[in-house]
Amino acid sequence: MQFPTFKPVADHALLIEFGTQVDDALNRRVVALDKTISQAKIIGVVELVPALVNLLIVFDPVKTTHKDLETAVRDLFPLKEAEEADAKVHRVPICYDTELCPDLAVVAKTVGLSIEAVIAEHAASELRVSMYGFAPGFAYLSGIPKTIQVPRKPSATRGIPTGQVMIAGPQCLVTTVVMPTGWSIIGRTALKVIQDDPDNPFLFNVGDTVAFDRVRRQDLPAEMQMP
Amino acid sequence: MNTARFRVIFAGPLVSFQDSGRVGHLRFGVSASGPMDRFSHAAANLMVGNTATNTGIEVSLGGVVLECVSGETTIALAGGSFSLNCADQASEGWVAQTVHQGDKLAIRAGAWGSWAYLAFAGRLLVDEWLGASATHSMSGFGGGALTTGLEFEVSDAEARETRIGDYACPKIASPLHDVRVVVGPQDQHFEPQSVDIFCTQSFQITDAFDRMGVRLDGPTLVLKNALSIPSEPIVRGSVQVSGDGIPTVLLADHQTTGGYPKIATVISGDVDRMAQLRAGEAIRFRALSAQKAVESAREYQSLKNDALAQFSTPRATLAEKLQNLNLIDGVVSAETT
Repeated sequence: MQFPTFKPVADHALLIEFGTQVDDALNRRVVALDKTISQAKIIGVVELVPALVNLLIVFDPVKTTHKDLETAVRDLFPLKEAEEADAKVHRVPICYDTELCPDLAVVAKTVGLSIEAVIAEHAASELRVSMYGFAPGFAYLSGIPKTIQVPRKPSATRGIPTGQVMIAGPQCLVTTVVMPTGWSIIGRTALKVIQDDPDNPFLFNVGDTVAFDRVRRQDLPAEMQMP
Repeated sequence: MNTARFRVIFAGPLVSFQDSGRVGHLRFGVSASGPMDRFSHAAANLMVGNTATNTGIEVSLGGVVLECVSGETTIALAGGSFSLNCADQASEGWVAQTVHQGDKLAIRAGAWGSWAYLAFAGRLLVDEWLGASATHSMSGFGGGALTTGLEFEVSDAEARETRIGDYACPKIASPLHDVRVVVGPQDQHFEPQSVDIFCTQSFQITDAFDRMGVRLDGPTLVLKNALSIPSEPIVRGSVQVSGDGIPTVLLADHQTTGGYPKIATVISGDVDRMAQLRAGEAIRFRALSAQKAVESAREYQSLKNDALAQFSTPRATLAEKLQNLNLIDGVVSAETT
């Protein structure tokens, strides 16, 4: 198959795909295309949704068609290699406490490392915001080192509160809404991805970098110090 | 400034405040939410003389009972055919009437439809998130769900006499059993006969039906291999198929990405009408080319605008109606006495 592919989605969207395997290089192309299209001011474009290996363009079918949009987007290629100069680095304060995060011990056992070694690997990792998905403010952070990667749990745990730092496979997430999840909770943070700032309601942009600063349990807000 | 105040006496599950939706934040994981049936929500607002996008109440099959604790205002009911009992008057279907202090209004499921819309002349004062009151059910962000005991206010409340009366539900707001889709975008992950089965055979709406989506019952759709594809964007109307071959149509509060392959996507003019079906009802899908889908969207847009225009026009006042009646009869009451 010749990538990128362009596929119609109903009457009002177009999916542009760069490949089928998750990898950072493909995701960088998605981010580059996202930026290029948003600057190109193509008629009829309503919103852009970057994901891991593809980008969805939602459009107004009264103003354009799948075909016209595909032509307009193809004209933007070759893409300029993503300039990540305006990508920000976010430092996330994180508390790794075995009492607050019982999954730490499970992860350590699964990967054959000590709990301290798992924490050290995670704390030293530099992650990339590769997409938002699923629920409001759920930023998928990719780049969890292979040495501490664990699969999703076979069944989901219900009612996981906000501010939990969880991992599954190469990805990491900070929860923003209460929900069920099969990911492993290894840390807790007071940082809020959904902000109160109406001009800038979401902390991360796709393409940004996230790093961690280890904090003590007593550094967490009082309401987060309890298991 | 006139204010009307209401108290929730009873609210079934999934009864929520909704404006026309929070469009434009899919890239941050936020689906648009807003009404499951966007046309009927707009119509209800226009029936009371509001702008089409105002906040109203979406009523589920569970129904709702409100009490007007102070003030007065004109209300309108549209959407599915739900019954309205208010101040000893009973009606079913699309209607506008004025409610006064002390009136109780009970809205319950009637002959057809899964969702009804209650609009209030004036402005409902409820919480907003990202500039919209639309309630996102999973997170509770926005105006929120209605719960027993909750009180809310309508500012600029007004009894609008020229709005009251029965209204006809136009054809483009009726439930739709034959729903048009564009195949894909992940049809390549299915056995070819599965795409044929999906587009020719009949399915059934199940009761696994909420604001996030509706699961269907019917023939199993066979995936080529139970691979997990990279999580990718979802829209309202995406038909995703889980590993066990069961399709789910994603609706107003859909998750914004997902790793199940999507066999097809319902076109925007049909998805809300589909959402008015009830559990147990039959549904069939018919494939359209992308080009035909765009043509149908344009056609729907113009039908919708025409139909909504009918609801924007005020009617005669009672005095005018009586006068017209007299003129038609050729008798003016003053001259006959």
